Amino acid sequence: MSIKVTLPTAFIRHTDGRKHFNSAASNLPGLIDDIDQTFPALSTQIKDEEGKLRRFINIYVNDEDIRFLGGETYAFQDGDEIMLIPSIAGGTA
Amino acid sequence: MNYSCSRYELKCNECGKRFGNQPLSACPDCLAPLEIAYDLEAARDLFTKENIAAGPANIWRYAALLPIPEGFQPDLPVGFTPLVRARNLGKRIGAANLYVKNDAVCFPTLSFKDRVVSVALANAQKFGFDIVGCSSTGNLANSVAAQAARLGLKATILVPADLEPAKILNTLVYGARLVRIDGNYDHVNRLCTQIADEYSWGLVNVNLRPYYAEGSKTVGYEIAEQLGWRLPDNVVVPMAGGSLIRKIRKAFNELIYLGLVEEKPVRFFGAQASGCSPISVAVKEGTDGIEPQRPNTIARSLAIGNPADGPAAAKMIRSSGGWAEDVSDVEIVSGIQELAETEGIFTETAGGVTTAVTARLYADGRISANETTVTCITGNGLKTTDALIGRYQQERAVRPRLADFDAYLRELDGITELELTTAGAL
Repeated sequence: MSIKVTLPTAFIRHTDGRKHFNSAASNLPGLIDDIDQTFPALSTQIKDEEGKLRRFINIYVNDEDIRFLGGETYAFQDGDEIMLIPSIAGGTA
Repeated sequence: MNYSCSRYELKCNECGKRFGNQPLSACPDCLAPLEIAYDLEAARDLFTKENIAAGPANIWRYAALLPIPEGFQPDLPVGFTPLVRARNLGKRIGAANLYVKNDAVCFPTLSFKDRVVSVALANAQKFGFDIVGCSSTGNLANSVAAQAARLGLKATILVPADLEPAKILNTLVYGARLVRIDGNYDHVNRLCTQIADEYSWGLVNVNLRPYYAEGSKTVGYEIAEQLGWRLPDNVVVPMAGGSLIRKIRKAFNELIYLGLVEEKPVRFFGAQASGCSPISVAVKEGTDGIEPQRPNTIARSLAIGNPADGPAAAKMIRSSGGWAEDVSDVEIVSGIQELAETEGIFTETAGGVTTAVTARLYADGRISANETTVTCITGNGLKTTDALIGRYQQERAVRPRLADFDAYLRELDGITELELTTAGAL
């Protein structure tokens, strides 16, 4: 199984310039473990002092916020496209 | 007019790192939102009541604490909208000292977004962007399109495909390129974040966001100045991304720090539609954690299911001693009608939310009758008339003859012969 992960440009200084990479992780905790191993410098950026994913980082699976799919319990499907995106605001107010 | 600004630069809310001035909205280290930090001590001599009073009757009177580039000469008279004493609405909902901050008449496109866009585009020019844009629920699209046209910038604007027709038209008329996205605002927002990463465009609420958001502070400055340089007891603010409510507090805090108003506690109340209420839910549950929602409300301009400033807004509301409330679509329409019928102010659906929530806050005793409360109306009802479809019927046309007019009046319910005679005698 393989998923494709896309990172924001701000993070590619921690990945030797790579904005995309493939992972065999089966869920979000597995992906974070994979990042720990493959890109340790990135790992320290995306996690807070308690080792949790920073709350400003949104994870999308294909076009959907992973929180609508069950969050950490969601099982990645082969070919899923995962995006890490900073949260931004907007709307009326 | 000297539009001298205080020194300012980008600062990370979370880790405190500073990044100078550049088109950047998230901290490169922790992805937390960046904000503008000012040298408030340096602003002391510039940001005075005298200098403000000598300035133009628009937001640029507060230029000393806005992030506008050196040498920028603003000529668009945005803001300084009326603060209306709402006696009639107050009587109806039990509020003795109620005011409406009416940004339904903000220039040039009838929403408070004109404030933020004018600041954002000043910086877009400074950073050399030829193309500007935004993700929008409508009002921002209108404002970016209009102001880009005036500045000679190209505009590309992304909106949810199901936006109100008037908001679509009010974007296209200015010659902007409008891209309708098959998804809700959160989908549009996500796409715009990726676009900002890939294209050299100045997206006002993405890579220009810290500058853009500062324009919201002017609502707070104006409220204080229009109350005679004093702060209200309460402010009721609609919440989409959660930015405006925080920026009004930032304005109040700056005024207190610089001695322009007396320090006093101000309670902040957030207003959302029940069909999209992640911040209201967080406040009610006593948490800063925002659980995203799938929006389903007629108040589309507030329909952000995953508000970036939501956690900070929830925390700020609670720490102020305020509260957040949400109302149904039926109540939203009633709120629109109530504000129009009592104060002659026609607001969009977001204003219906704010009005209905304000009434609820008084009814529930969360605000006491004699407290001074400002309720913020952020957009014009002409843009969301579809929310009122079916609410009003046109009567038949009457021939231009007095006898026909008399007969017509008699047909109407409640018009008696006596009333007609009395009116005629007057």
